[in-house]
Amino acid sequence: MHDLDLAAGGSGDLAIDVAMMTRVEGEGSLRLRVRNGVVEEARLEIFEAPRYFEQLVIGRTPDEVIDIVARICGICPIAYQMTAVHAFEHGLGIEVDPQVRALRRLMYCGEWIESHALHVYLLHLPDFLGYASALELAKDHRSAVEAGLALKKAGNQLVELIGGRAIHPNDGLDIAATDWLTEFQESQVSWSHALQSRDRTGRPYLLGPSSRVILAGDQLHPLAAEALAGTGLIEEIRTNPYRSILARAIELVDATAEAIEIIDAYEPPARAATPWTPGPGSAAWATEAPRGLIFHAYELDRNGLIKSARIVPPTSQNQAGIEADLASFAPQVLDLPMDQATHRIEQLVRSYDPCISCATHFLNLSVEELS
Amino acid sequence: MTAPLPVEHGRQSPRAAAQKRPRVGVVKFASCDGCQLTLLDLEDELLAVAEKVDIVEFAEATSRRSGGPFDVLFVEGSISAPEQVDEIIKLRAVSKMLVTIGACATAGGIQAIRNWFDHEEIRHAVYADPRYVESLATSKPVADYVAVDAELRGCPISPAQLKEFLTALVTGRRPQLLDEAVCLECKRRNVVCVAVARGIPCLGPVTRTGCGAICPAYGRGCYGCFGPRESANTTSLAAWFADGRNATEVSRLFSGFTAWSEPFKKIIDANGGPPRLAAPSETPDA
Repeated sequence: MHDLDLAAGGSGDLAIDVAMMTRVEGEGSLRLRVRNGVVEEARLEIFEAPRYFEQLVIGRTPDEVIDIVARICGICPIAYQMTAVHAFEHGLGIEVDPQVRALRRLMYCGEWIESHALHVYLLHLPDFLGYASALELAKDHRSAVEAGLALKKAGNQLVELIGGRAIHPNDGLDIAATDWLTEFQESQVSWSHALQSRDRTGRPYLLGPSSRVILAGDQLHPLAAEALAGTGLIEEIRTNPYRSILARAIELVDATAEAIEIIDAYEPPARAATPWTPGPGSAAWATEAPRGLIFHAYELDRNGLIKSARIVPPTSQNQAGIEADLASFAPQVLDLPMDQATHRIEQLVRSYDPCISCATHFLNLSVEELS
Repeated sequence: MTAPLPVEHGRQSPRAAAQKRPRVGVVKFASCDGCQLTLLDLEDELLAVAEKVDIVEFAEATSRRSGGPFDVLFVEGSISAPEQVDEIIKLRAVSKMLVTIGACATAGGIQAIRNWFDHEEIRHAVYADPRYVESLATSKPVADYVAVDAELRGCPISPAQLKEFLTALVTGRRPQLLDEAVCLECKRRNVVCVAVARGIPCLGPVTRTGCGAICPAYGRGCYGCFGPRESANTTSLAAWFADGRNATEVSRLFSGFTAWSEPFKKIIDANGGPPRLAAPSETPDA
């Protein structure tokens, strides 16, 4: 690594700067300062250039917004599309055919599979086996990487089949969308309540696979629940961020099992598109993206055009929690050689699968908190 | 913010270099990461590609880093912050071939819509305290700052075109990237014209092919992800759209992911700017 500015470890002092995090989505850096064993600074800095999406959508129609917000993230575009679609459908009182809802859920499962397989096999696994990348890992363990790529491809194929292409799909079938599966609404509410309750204590909270499989383990598909029990590491997943790779793998089982069930039960919908009329109102919704809860809120003017928008991605909600984890973990690496300490710290951040392009508009809050 | 990576010195002789795998870098500016992800989405070919080229810089995929030199540098994202201007100039200097990938790098992206807006106003609207946020008033294509050798269009780029480009690169031939209208792809796919048969406004006639005509195949009009084809007659198409639509509605159709490309931009300008500016009266309580 060329961009590590190394300072002394040991003696209770530590200074780590990673100018650019690798194997994460988007551009972020890491800064850690420990003096006499006391953590003075623990920052996940996001320097990705802002793109002002919440301003770009003003004056647009809801269906334009669905295409535009997909471009916030190339890894989880469905999460943005789906959250916006549901917000508008809920706000405008639109109902779509249950089979259309099932197809959307199938597409979302595809994104979970693609995103989690990307992270587990290509971005995260090299950390555990001591490689710089999956490409280097493949030189020694080609079949493992190939298996991951095959799983990732299956996820992309689901998105492509339903949405037209793997990144920024077109939602051909669900332009005139509506509601979520009733059970999924409930599960979302219960998940977010569980997370919110941690929030009420005033502590930073963490979203994503580890939180979900622990807090909502009873909602896992039986195959995934079996896989979770089989790890024998439920308590570890709850307390040790380095175990997030297991939670993500369990969610891969969950999303794949659910996708298969949806495909088996699928019957063509009576009508693929639901007619709708633009109008004024408030539209808000939350869904579970691969990295955690994502929330959108829009105000529509009397012509049905966007008046204001608020988009809250999972990584921006996780950022404070990641920094808190950095601070609590830092004392454990004080005695390690500098390169290993840096590697462990970088690994810790990577284990949250931060999606920095998404999170960018949260930037000023983190800076202010720390300064 | 980020110190540039050092350029690697001590290069081998030209002959040895010619026999070596090309040194490939992948970097990004303002973007969603989707175009560089397309490289990782070549699931069936990725490992074979990695054997034919030496991926020396690709922060999203590998912790091994390099500041150059590069035989080929793929650049994602638009130039939209002051330090990005310096960075792209430095990267150009260490790259034999610079290839822009995607609508952001080739046309400024959806974030180029802000080029029409008051920069200070939107900075304050999104950030409570914009002092910590460095951005330029414009989001522009890479070619506005440095010479670009080739472009892969799209939002995101097409995996098929990326494969074609990589194949051409390793075999030493010219890549076949068609510059024809989406309409031709519709004909090849037997997609009934949504504009003619259903009166749906479609940018297909002025947009470069490469996506596979996905939108018309799903019954919606093309919204121009791949940007204008050569000699795109947007004036004529806009005149067709204007039949039964007001200026804002015409502007709306061109105000997408490649809005800042000249042929689209001139239509948006002629119709009062992007929707938000073209029809502020539509949002009186904004």
